[in-house]
Amino acid sequence: MSAKVDTSLPLEYQTEQDRMNILGFWVFLGAEIVLFATLFGVYGVLYERFAGGPTHKDIFVIKDVMIQTVLLLTSSFTMGIAIFEMRRHNLKGLITWLVITLALGAGFLFMEINEFIHYAHEGATMQTSAFLSSLFVLLGTHGAHVTLGIGWATMVIIQLLKRGLTPTTARKTFIIGLYWHFLDVVWIFIFTFVYLKGLVA
Amino acid sequence: MGIKWDEFFITGDPLILGSQIAILLTMIGAVAGITYLKKWKYLWTEWLTTVDHKKIGIMYIISAVLMFFRGGMDGLLMKAQTSRPEMEFLNSQHYNEIFTTHGVIMILFMAMPFLIGLMNVVIPLQIGARDVAFPQLNALSFWLFFSGAMLFNISFVIGGSPDAGWTSYFPLAGKEFSPGIGNNYYAVALQIAGIGTLMTGINFIVTILKMRTKGMTLMKMPMFTWTTFVTSILIVAAFPIFTVALALMTFDRLYGTHFFTVSGGGMDMLWANLFWLWGHPEVYIVALPAFGIFSEVIATFSRKSLFGYKSMVFSILGIALLSMVVWVHHFYTMGSGPAVNSFFSITTMAIAIPTGVKMFNWLFTMRKGRIKITSAMLWALAFVPCFVIGGVTGVMLAMGAADYQYHNTLFLVAHFHYVLIPGVVFAVFAGLYYWWPKMFGFMLNEKLGKWHFWLFVIGFNVTFMPMFFLGLNGAVRRAYTYSAESGFAPLFMLSAIGSIVLAAGFAVFCYNIYWSIRYADRNISSDPWDARTLEWSTASPVQFYNFAKLPEVKSLDPFWHMKKKNEGLTLHDSEIEEIHMPSNSWLPIYMGVIFGIAGFFLVFEWHIAAAVAGIGIFAGLIIRSFDYNEGFHVSKEEIHRIENAWRKTEGEVHDHVS
Repeated sequence: MSAKVDTSLPLEYQTEQDRMNILGFWVFLGAEIVLFATLFGVYGVLYERFAGGPTHKDIFVIKDVMIQTVLLLTSSFTMGIAIFEMRRHNLKGLITWLVITLALGAGFLFMEINEFIHYAHEGATMQTSAFLSSLFVLLGTHGAHVTLGIGWATMVIIQLLKRGLTPTTARKTFIIGLYWHFLDVVWIFIFTFVYLKGLVA
Repeated sequence: MGIKWDEFFITGDPLILGSQIAILLTMIGAVAGITYLKKWKYLWTEWLTTVDHKKIGIMYIISAVLMFFRGGMDGLLMKAQTSRPEMEFLNSQHYNEIFTTHGVIMILFMAMPFLIGLMNVVIPLQIGARDVAFPQLNALSFWLFFSGAMLFNISFVIGGSPDAGWTSYFPLAGKEFSPGIGNNYYAVALQIAGIGTLMTGINFIVTILKMRTKGMTLMKMPMFTWTTFVTSILIVAAFPIFTVALALMTFDRLYGTHFFTVSGGGMDMLWANLFWLWGHPEVYIVALPAFGIFSEVIATFSRKSLFGYKSMVFSILGIALLSMVVWVHHFYTMGSGPAVNSFFSITTMAIAIPTGVKMFNWLFTMRKGRIKITSAMLWALAFVPCFVIGGVTGVMLAMGAADYQYHNTLFLVAHFHYVLIPGVVFAVFAGLYYWWPKMFGFMLNEKLGKWHFWLFVIGFNVTFMPMFFLGLNGAVRRAYTYSAESGFAPLFMLSAIGSIVLAAGFAVFCYNIYWSIRYADRNISSDPWDARTLEWSTASPVQFYNFAKLPEVKSLDPFWHMKKKNEGLTLHDSEIEEIHMPSNSWLPIYMGVIFGIAGFFLVFEWHIAAAVAGIGIFAGLIIRSFDYNEGFHVSKEEIHRIENAWRKTEGEVHDHVS
């Protein structure tokens, strides 16, 4: 609650309330890890229960998934540059890199929606089999997180434009950065344990 | 959308019709009463929009007492139905609904909010802080819990109650076997309340890690703070599992997926595993803070430091770890084989070790203490033997092979009531009698408190002890009736009589609250129990900023030592500084309401309406993102005035340690 400002620290860590917000977000990410771990667990139990429907090999298009992966991993890198620019107090650089990050994120989403449409055309919907239910919910939860992240980061960009770099806006930017990297980590697990494993099964 | 308006309100049952009328009259009465007394503004500014942890705590406790009443009525109806063989008081469907709502309400809407309420009131005070880390998030947690609880509670008058048990096992809880909307209430209402609980967990982890006052290292924290901390970690580790399980249930029921269905490759036991992966830690999420309350009460009224503080801390951590690896003991009969069952038997029995350590620590705390038998202490004393019965029968149930005999019988039901009632209900009563003066500035009546205690404890034992024997004789749980030839009738009758005594105890408790509000002495010290921890070093009821000067801690039981050494008890004018406090906000209650509306539409599968309400949720989030309210500062003059008002009163001398 104290408004004491410690200017020796990076902007986002300067007040006690901001430090608490960042720690709180780390704890929240802990809860998110449990959430995704559960979804992976469910997928791990159901991933070979096709109920006569399509299998991994029937529907996965590895080329498109590779493009999605490259888009998302690159966006994590550009998010890193954005935070780096923030540390240099370069507002213009920060916003530029944030916008690039979101564009890459939107590209990823576009690909994912196309992927879902492609699956539906192949007759693979959420209602087809247990495998597909768990696949769609796992991918969909990740995709919903990316969508939310894009909306949320847009709010933060508007605030950065209105208010410039303050401890508060810096903290908000830093937290969305953590969130974005987290989604990237989850995607690496999805790419490995869903797509690659599905293709070698 | 297919709205069936004729099925909207439940009709045709006199009990439910009576409830509908009662609910309507209560609502009209409340609105009329508040309007007549012109209290709307007061209610809105002082309570509904508050971010003060103490007021949020009190709102949690009021909701919990109401839910206790609702869950208790369900329990009494069950006991009435089974009091005689072949009773026709409730039909089987109605009985199914009642044991389902009884279980859900008692665990999630009574035990949880009661404990979270006490945590809210006490924890910031115990660690010498002025609020929790995220006060507005705390209010949001409360309103989401409240919204979920209300949504769940209206199910029996609008649309139909869930009826698949509080565990809602598949395939029974699926669309195929429960086509009505009742179980949608379960999936949606618990989801909303669960999000609130998760945020409470995050909030208290950060509060306890970051906001302890100067000198309070982790190993100098009061035991209730320790248990709250570990419980919060368990909440963060376990609730997301339930979030996923409920979401998958919602998908199965609303959108035709195949997670837990019998067809389409789904796996019904996956639900049971997910449910108990959350459900077993949940038992300790409610038990650990209760243990913390007993630790505070026993230390205070034995007038001794808690015995074996370090071993207490390590046993809490041990229990928390073990609680994550015992979930399969809820369904040994699933048939996962002797190796798996043996593993879970051993982990389950191992929990008895740290719990036993705690038991002995409490006993040794009392040894050679100058024990004061107050109402709060009585609850703690009764807890020890009653909980041991629950624990020992728990070890019996833990044995995988033997469990095939006990599974699904009333023996199990008696066991978990012997764990949860002494372990949680006794604790919240102890905590309520103990901290009541801190919350309101007057005490609950001790004489009525003792009536409450004896009726409740005797009633509890008479109700549940016979169920052990009924269970061993083969009476199954969740059966709405039994035959006369079974020979169960006398014990069922005894149990029903016990439940009436239990209810009488609860009634005395309610009367005690009423009596004390009207007649109790307001002129009491801020430290009426001669207590040991920091919450007693400030005024009763606590001023909104908690501490004019943040206390400094040098040892365990800091307030006790402050009194003994007579230091840090006075406040010089020069020490008063401006205090920064957070402002009230309408957003948490708005979010609670809009979540409730969206949830209600989702329960009825009106997807367009639910989506529209969903936009309201996002609007709330966006408004919050652009909200830069920095709070306000309390002036030195105001602090001076408030502090003088209680410090200069007769009897406010903190040097009566003998």
